[in-house]
Amino acid sequence: MGIWQSLSGPPEYRQLAEKTGFTYEQIGVLHNRFKHLSHNEDTLRREHFYAIHDLAWNPIRAQIIEAFFDRRNLIPPEEGSLEEIHLEEFVVVMSHFKPPSLSMTDEERDSVRREKLRFLFNMHDSDNDGTITLAEYRHVVEELLSRSVHISKEMAVSIADAAMLEVAGITMGHMEPDEFYEGITFEHFLKLLNSFEIEAKMNVRFLNMNPSTVCY
Amino acid sequence: MSPRRGFRHPGSFGSSLPERGLLLLVLIVLLQGSLLPFGAASSPDVGHRDEADVHAEAEEKHNFTKKPFPVLSFEYKHIQVPFEISLWVLLASLMKLGFHLIPRLPGIVPESCLLILVGLLVGGLIKLAGQKVPPVLDSNLFFFCLLPPIILDAGYFLPIRPFMENLGTILMFAVVGTLWNAFFIGGLLYAVCQIQPNNPSDLHSLELLPCLLFGSIISAVDPVAVLAVFEEIHINELLHILVFGESLLNDAVTVVLYHLFEEYSGVGSVTVIDGVLGVISFFVVALGGVLVGAIYGILAAFTSRFTSHTRVIEPLFVFVYSYMAYLSAEMFHLSGIMALIACGAVMRPYVEANISHKSHTTIKYFLKMWSSVSETLIFIFLGVATVDGQHNWNWTFVTVTVVLCLVARVIGVVGLTYVINKFRIVKLTTKDQFIVAYGGLRGAIAFSLGFLLDKRHFPLRNMFLTAIIIVIFFTVFVQGMTIKPLVDLLAVKKKQEAKRSINEEIHTQFLDHLLTGIEDICGHYGHHHWKDKLNRFNKKYVKKCLIAGERSKEPQLIAFYHKLEMKHAIELVESGGGAKLSSAIPSTVSMQNIQPKKPAPAKPEDRVLPKLSKSREEEIRKILRSNLQKTRQRLRSYNRHTLLADPYEDNFGEFLLKKQKMMALDKKIQDMNNYLTVPAAPPDSPTLCRARLASGRETDFNPTRQQKADTVGPDPQAYSMKPALDSVPTIQVDLASPQSPDSVNILDEFQRSEQAAAAEEGEDDGGLMMKAPTRPHERCNAGEMDAGTREKLSRCLSDPGPHAEDEDEDEPFLP
Repeated sequence: MGIWQSLSGPPEYRQLAEKTGFTYEQIGVLHNRFKHLSHNEDTLRREHFYAIHDLAWNPIRAQIIEAFFDRRNLIPPEEGSLEEIHLEEFVVVMSHFKPPSLSMTDEERDSVRREKLRFLFNMHDSDNDGTITLAEYRHVVEELLSRSVHISKEMAVSIADAAMLEVAGITMGHMEPDEFYEGITFEHFLKLLNSFEIEAKMNVRFLNMNPSTVCY
Repeated sequence: MSPRRGFRHPGSFGSSLPERGLLLLVLIVLLQGSLLPFGAASSPDVGHRDEADVHAEAEEKHNFTKKPFPVLSFEYKHIQVPFEISLWVLLASLMKLGFHLIPRLPGIVPESCLLILVGLLVGGLIKLAGQKVPPVLDSNLFFFCLLPPIILDAGYFLPIRPFMENLGTILMFAVVGTLWNAFFIGGLLYAVCQIQPNNPSDLHSLELLPCLLFGSIISAVDPVAVLAVFEEIHINELLHILVFGESLLNDAVTVVLYHLFEEYSGVGSVTVIDGVLGVISFFVVALGGVLVGAIYGILAAFTSRFTSHTRVIEPLFVFVYSYMAYLSAEMFHLSGIMALIACGAVMRPYVEANISHKSHTTIKYFLKMWSSVSETLIFIFLGVATVDGQHNWNWTFVTVTVVLCLVARVIGVVGLTYVINKFRIVKLTTKDQFIVAYGGLRGAIAFSLGFLLDKRHFPLRNMFLTAIIIVIFFTVFVQGMTIKPLVDLLAVKKKQEAKRSINEEIHTQFLDHLLTGIEDICGHYGHHHWKDKLNRFNKKYVKKCLIAGERSKEPQLIAFYHKLEMKHAIELVESGGGAKLSSAIPSTVSMQNIQPKKPAPAKPEDRVLPKLSKSREEEIRKILRSNLQKTRQRLRSYNRHTLLADPYEDNFGEFLLKKQKMMALDKKIQDMNNYLTVPAAPPDSPTLCRARLASGRETDFNPTRQQKADTVGPDPQAYSMKPALDSVPTIQVDLASPQSPDSVNILDEFQRSEQAAAAEEGEDDGGLMMKAPTRPHERCNAGEMDAGTREKLSRCLSDPGPHAEDEDEDEPFLP
């Protein structure tokens, strides 16, 4: 699958490799997939993603796709969203799912952890105001449950409410009755998922993937 | 060893006086009774004896020799076997009890070590008394009675997620690692036996095959020993599942190797074809075991679908089907352990959705109790068997075995990790490797397998047994005792004690879908992709067949939420009703803190809090109380076969109700105090609304029931507020906002969500008469709810599906 040709590959690979930490080989694989998805065009648009057959089953499909067009997930982060993405953006977003390496200092591990959680946070925080409000959280839960038809909306709402209550309980401790919890800030998000070993979980194997697999 | 024994002995005996007495009694009886081998449970003997007695009686009748009727007679033989079994169990339990009474001791020495010492002591005492030591660790007893509960416990409560995520690594260690260990130990042992030129002993006569057989027996990591030690060191989930999973899955390898070598050691040679057959046999044994287990697991799940009317025997199905799976697998010489594991793991999610909460608790406690007693007995018996056995001590053999075991384990783990790490996303660090290697404890399974060897084919069986015992003792004592300080010293990550929160559950699910999505975008059919496919298949077909009613359609997140709610309710019950409300509810943060404030309709500042005179209040309360008692009396009907007939038997429904009321009340009070307008979001989930409704219905539509719950509550405010608010028809509160929280009646809520708002609109618009007069009517409506609701209700009361509480509730049972 073009391992050798990608080693000596186009100069843009080198730049990407420096930016994302992927090997040339991995970038080559992703590039092939990119070309496959975009039908050999230079850019990917949302409809290309919506055309992926397997993704159709995913309850959070819209959010996943949106994450690819979100400028906040780029390196360095920017504001706003894109209409179409090039290979660079595609690979950069994918790099959030890179497994951590074995020889990592604690600080590095911590930064990987922050970066992965930031990605998740951005997926929840749809209006980019730095907090996940109750409405946004409810939306997340609704999406998660959206594949099971007969679940009433109230159920999702009450789950989100309970979750939010828990967040407020964990992060704020005591609150006066007239105080108002605005929403989950990123700091609170870190605290909330403290025991959640995200760096060990949010990973996809990139090396042994087969880009020629037809997903239509 | 002897100083420790001396230390422990007085310690445990001196801990308390009654205990000392009991222990002495146990020991005395054990010594005095002419000990019959209770392992070879001699029921024919008993029958025979009975027959003899009958004959004697018949003869007496024939002879017409009339004796005075014996007022008191003594016949120990009659009850000997069951009595001695009970004594052993009692001894084991008391020992377990005793260890935990001694301060500091459990922290230093693992329980398994102490139990072996007790076994040695008891065995020694029996021997001193000149009695024949019963062959306690008889293989039949071990494999048919003692082992299955432990394995079923492990399988039923197997943490599926980490297990499946690390299945590759576990299989690698279990299969390749065990094979490597067996051949390395067996081969080198043979070599050592051969090269000793001036060895006078009979080691020279040892052939290669018995050596390999010995190697395969001694190389398998033992689940019982691993469980006993690892549960005490609270190591992180990954390492625990790696070592424990290995100990479970290596059974297939051990079974095949054992049978293979045992078969051919008589013949003396193994051809290539035999080797190939052995490999095939391995797959048959392993996969066949899993298949048998899965079949029985599905049968059990299917059966549990229909048990809703006979809740009492629900737990029995779980046990019996599992045991049948084990026996069926053993019948074909398949791996019984793998069958049990598969059976437990397959049936659990479905059975848990079907059975009641009480049945689940019963299953959990029974499994924990059985496995704990079995484990204790196994270690004690190991000690007794050591004293009893005819030992053939051979320094060379024993030393070489112990050293080889350690070396093989270390090389195996390091070598395999090197390979595995190439494929793992989360690599195993050096510390991890060390713990995995060091945690490779050997145990009673090896001993029992050694015990099974035929003396005719293996003249050196006793030497084998001695070596096995030494290896077991070495691993359990030296490694088991040092592993805890080593874990601390190396700062290996410990188990997270945190409870699983709803947020984590949401994010686990979110992450699952996210990763599946990313894999799909990458076009990579990986782990997540297949897991997702399997989940969908499970949801679509399997659950429908195996789970009764509504629950089959419940997504995982909602199931989790129900469990969490139920857990909160239970915590509340345990903390003594509503007394410590603030601690039972996550924090002092209340719902209104997170509700977005919508621009509220102008709220009249001069809202009058309704007041009641004290005497009026008292009167109301009296009426309520008498009503309540009447209904409760009616409800108290006892039925032996229907545990769930009335939820008041265990006060659970009551407490659930109380909690709800307390929460609602809490909220109301706060709302009123702060003059805050909270939009009428559902104060709590449909589940609990249903639960409340259910309890409401149990009281024969007695409208006063709910108020009663409030007045019972310890919150002093309940007395002044509640009756005033809800039960007095004459007071009309003028509310500007029709959605003021004061008007949020839970039943209304329920109806609002279940039926459309037709009836309730009228009430709301009409500015809120207080509810009492209309209640009975509403209740009736609610009572007429269709059967579907009823089903939900009863489930709600009976079934939380206890997954969530496992982690934290496990603690009390385990040593």
